[in-house]
This record gives sequence, structure tokens and C-alpha cells, in this order.
Amino acid sequence: MDPKNIIICRCSDVTLEDLLTLFKEGYTTFEELKRIKRVGMGPCQANTCGKMVQWEIAKYFNRPLEVVQFHNMRPFTMGVKLKSIKEQADEE
Amino acid sequence: MRQAEVVIIGAGPAGLAAAKPLLDVGAEVTLIDRSAMLGGQLTKQTHMFFGSEKQHASKRGIDILKLMVEAIETYPNLTVLTETTVVGLYADKVVSCVKDDHYFKIQAQYILIAAGASEKSLPFENNDIPGVYAAGAVQTLMNVYGVKPGDRVIMVGSGNIGLIVSYQLMQAGVQVPLLLEAADTISGYLVHASKIRRLGVDIRMNTSIKRALGETSVEAAEIWQLDENWQGIEGTETIIPCDTICLSVGLAPLTELLQQAGAEVKYVRELGGHVPKINQHYETSLDAVYACGDVAGIEEASSAMISGHIAGIEIALKAGYTVANANDILPRLRHDLRNLREGPHGEKIRIGLKKLGVA
Repeated sequence: MDPKNIIICRCSDVTLEDLLTLFKEGYTTFEELKRIKRVGMGPCQANTCGKMVQWEIAKYFNRPLEVVQFHNMRPFTMGVKLKSIKEQADEE
Repeated sequence: MRQAEVVIIGAGPAGLAAAKPLLDVGAEVTLIDRSAMLGGQLTKQTHMFFGSEKQHASKRGIDILKLMVEAIETYPNLTVLTETTVVGLYADKVVSCVKDDHYFKIQAQYILIAAGASEKSLPFENNDIPGVYAAGAVQTLMNVYGVKPGDRVIMVGSGNIGLIVSYQLMQAGVQVPLLLEAADTISGYLVHASKIRRLGVDIRMNTSIKRALGETSVEAAEIWQLDENWQGIEGTETIIPCDTICLSVGLAPLTELLQQAGAEVKYVRELGGHVPKINQHYETSLDAVYACGDVAGIEEASSAMISGHIAGIEIALKAGYTVANANDILPRLRHDLRNLREGPHGEKIRIGLKKLGVA
């Protein structure tokens, strides 16, 4: 299996090779990976890649899935135009 | 800001079942769904349901959906918002939504999250080329839009969705030469597996996909056997021609809204992922925020209907309404739910709920 051909996060084009490189560099948590590689920050907000990222962390560091911390979720669940938010604010 | 007494997020089997008892007592219900059609997964379930008649067994999912919608659509105290996506949920029970680029907020008194689940994916080489689908997407294309996803499909995963979608693909004239399962047992109902086996599907255990082959779209799948640790065994690779690879490798509860609002969640693998800690009334750690259906743990649509029904009654009671015969209905519903979770197929759910502390 060639990890550079395995897409983990298709929104931000992050491959398994990218994750393995970051693990070797010392990044161990989902939040760190997210900040450095934008994994899970695209339109699907980690709904597709999240479980795979969690799985790869568990596998690489030999930890049970249960103790691998998931990423923090914040509003919004999808992209919202600033124009739309401004219009709502103006109405209020 | 708009006001709403009860906001139900998700109009699948759980959300629809929850709406009814709330509407019956006269509560103002706002039902939100991001699709144009109400019904969630029921919109594409053309197969007949198993189980008990109380959960519409031997009826097709799409017909159950009609009954459930007919049961609520004429209530004047119901507001339905379709093609509306809830983009944010806040602990003070503000629900922010987007419909056609129009952003608006709703102040709710009670919130029920019945958002369902998302499909899991799988890491393998070239998993991003056209022709690699999730099984639910294939089912939507075929059964909702009448579009054939391909001519020759390899199915990955032997859960009920993988088995049923394989059968439905064959009904649509699509070849399904092969179904792969990483484990050593079929994970769905044997009756579904037997049916597709009789129709000629080669079902292989301890086998998974190594890579998709093809320049611009899928032309073949390279598969390999797995060892007891689910690692591929070099030298066992085979290449099978196909134009579609369909992934049916499980569902994950859509708890993102609950997590945004700060509800306590726990990772329980038997329930599909992160699930909210709910009490026996289906209330989460946030006051007046409830969760039911697949969001609270992956199960069948029949279970989602019952948990929705219970959650609807519980919210009505909490809001101070009198629910006729609640003392008879609630124990009966809980009993029905326990029945559905009995037997070998309910074992995962029972273990999961125990880990979560709600069994």
C-alpha cells in the first residue's frame, strides 16, 4: 500500500503519507493535525475523514480508539456566506 | 429571532415519530430537515421491514414514510422547514439555520436532535477516483433519483446496508460479482446474505480492498486477504474488473451539533462512534436538549421510530403537558425496544448501551 495514494481527507487533500509524516515529526493529536494540515476542516467538517484520522492515530501510536481524542467541533457545520450572516444581523 | 417551543432536527424515522405525540398534546413543533423530502433514510428504503407489526413490519420503508408524514402533516401546530440545514447549535438553545443562503436563528425551548448518521469511509489506494461510492449514496442515486451508478459493482462490507444495496443493484440490472467482508462472519442478517448468495454473489470473508485501479475512473479493484489483525497479506492479491466500488463499512452518529453545544459525549465503538450521554428520558447533559435515533447509537430504523416516540412523549411531559396513558405507553415502548435489541444481532447495541451507562 502506497500511503501517498491513500486519501484520508478529500476536502483538504490530505493523504495517509501526510499523516504518517506528521506522526514522525511528533504531532500526536487530531487537533494538532487539523491546525497543521487542515484535515477535517473542509466542507464535510470531518464527517468523512474523522473516523479514519482517529483510526490512524490509534494504529500508529498503538492506543485503543476509545482514548484517542477527537477534534473539537465548533459552529458552523458547513460554509455560510458572510453576506448571509450580515443580512441576518441587519434584520435584528 | 424566531421562537419555537420544540425544534426537532432531522425528519427521518426518529424525528417523525417524535413529532406525533408532541403535536397531539398541542405543542408548537418546528421540524427541520436539510433534504427536500421528509423521511431521511426511509426515502430510499424500497425493501420491506422485518420485526414487529407495531413498527410497520412487512411494509416498505417508502410506504412507512408516507404513513408517518400523513400522521402529522395536517396539524396546525406543525412548522416544517425543508432544505434547511442547521449549521449551529448553542447551549442556550439557539438553533442557527441556512436555507438558500438565507441565515436565520431560532430560539427554542426544547430541542430534539434526530440527525441520524453519516457513512464511514475506508483508506485504500486511489480511494478518491470516480466510481468509489458509499453504499448509501448508491442507494440514493438508484432508489430516489432512478440513476444507475454503474454496470459492475464490488461491494465492501456485509452489514445489512451492503447486503440490501447489493440486492437492489441486481434488481436494477447491475452486476454484483463480489462482496468483501474484513471480518470472519457476515455482519448483517443471514437471510439477506443467503438471498444474494443464491443470486450468484461471491461473498468472501477476511478479505478487503487494497486499491482501486483506473486512470480517470474505476476500472478494477485489487483485493487481498486479511490476517487476524485485519492486516493485508502480501501475495494474496487478485484483480477484479469493475466500474464501481461501493463502501458499506458502517455508520457514525452525527453528533456534531451536540458537541458544538457542549453536550457530553463518549466514544463507544459498538454504537458507531461518539454518542451523547443520555438519561432514561433521552435528555442529554444539556438541559432540555434531547437525542434519539441513530445519533444516540447506530441501530435499525424500527428502533429509531420507537426511541423517537419515547423522546417525543418525554419532552411533552417535561414541558408540562398531560400525555394520555403515558404510564401505559412508555413502559410498552421501552419493552418493544428491548425486544428489538434481543438476540445475537442486538448484542452489539446491548454492550454499547451498557458502556454508555443507559442500559
